Amino acid sequence: MHLDHPTTFPQRHTHSSPVRSDGSRRALRIGLGGPVGSGKTATVAALCRALREELSIAVITNDIYTREDAEHLLREAVLPPERITAVETGACPHTAIRDDISANLEAVEDLEDAVGPLDLVLVESGGDNLTATFSRGLVDAQMFVIDVAGGDDIPRKGGPGVTGSDLLVVNKTDLAPHVGSDLDAMARDAAEQRGELPVVFQSLRSEDGVKTVADWVRERIAAWIAA
Amino acid sequence: MSRSALLILADGRFPAGGHAHSGGAEAAVAAGRITDAVSLHAFCRGRLHTAGLVAAALAAAAADGVEPLALDEAADARTASAALRTASRRLGRQLMRAAHAAWPDPQLDALAAALPRGAHQPVVLGVAARAGGLGPLDAAHCAAYESVGGPATAVVRLLGLDPFDATAVLAGLGPDLDTVAERAVTAARSAAVQGVEALPAASAPLLDIGAETHAARATRLFAS
Repeated sequence: MHLDHPTTFPQRHTHSSPVRSDGSRRALRIGLGGPVGSGKTATVAALCRALREELSIAVITNDIYTREDAEHLLREAVLPPERITAVETGACPHTAIRDDISANLEAVEDLEDAVGPLDLVLVESGGDNLTATFSRGLVDAQMFVIDVAGGDDIPRKGGPGVTGSDLLVVNKTDLAPHVGSDLDAMARDAAEQRGELPVVFQSLRSEDGVKTVADWVRERIAAWIAA
Repeated sequence: MSRSALLILADGRFPAGGHAHSGGAEAAVAAGRITDAVSLHAFCRGRLHTAGLVAAALAAAAADGVEPLALDEAADARTASAALRTASRRLGRQLMRAAHAAWPDPQLDALAAALPRGAHQPVVLGVAARAGGLGPLDAAHCAAYESVGGPATAVVRLLGLDPFDATAVLAGLGPDLDTVAERAVTAARSAAVQGVEALPAASAPLLDIGAETHAARATRLFAS
């Protein structure tokens, strides 16, 4: 018996539905994308430390060649090991978060079954190019992490991560004077590309450096629960 | 039969997780057994007539309506490597998700409910083909093609092999693909009468050994 037509809730097939099969609310899923070395894993670690007392969190990493990112998080002990899963991406990390999200969705489900109920699942992409974005079938919101040392022209160059992500994080602001990056120009270019969408400049070297991003996550959680 | 459903199911972009698997090609590249288009052809031909034939027969039998759980056990018995059994079930689970979205069907639901951690991929493929209105020969063609299409794509990424050469390898295997698909259907018809023991049990020991060494590697691009 079908109580609803499959086209009424097409997202039910990819488990984008906010309700799990047992009727409970599933976790909010936030994606973190961005180029290699921009500080995605460091941001995930900092978010876990900032939020783990108030939220039930799990992390999925999409490592390209190794389990390096997952192992980094394990080594840092930001979460118990059963809350961290690595997905293998077959040389195409953007495929695993956008075109064929099945392995990541499976990892989300397994985490919810094993350690749930969860409030938040952070899905970290493998370091990829500026065109990589997350499928909306996989995440509810996504941040794109770039850094000042990767070139202060990245916001101007644009690309879907820079222009369309729900939050643009410009990381490693402490390095700006050393690499000659113009933060004001980056902010201007980002505003031009993104309109009203928010941009955060952060340095995880400073105390509570992840606070603004953590507050953004808290707002998303509040909106998710209210919806 | 729907030719369109066949194209959708056989499309490498069908989101069922295959892109993260090399079908043993990464292990073979690491061992120096695949170095160019000629050795890729030899590898693919060997895989097609062993693992490919077994997968095609399982898929054909499932598409023909043979009991999926019996076929799932038969797949276990025909997959010597534990790493490959794990990979096959994982891919089966991922294929289930995509098939469920593409062709919602009570038989798919029943199989998913019976094996929530994943049935073997060729079995899911056959049930999915049936749900999409395809027959045993279509399912066999899909499985046979997948058994060589995956490695060929992976070797383009692993070796920087000329993609035209890789595609020519696949085209050159066309007659072998047709033969294997037809043999698979004949076996599946026998299995429908005599039971799953009638299905082929060809194996390639180097694929099994390679899969086990690959699973133990700390650094790799592909999951299998």
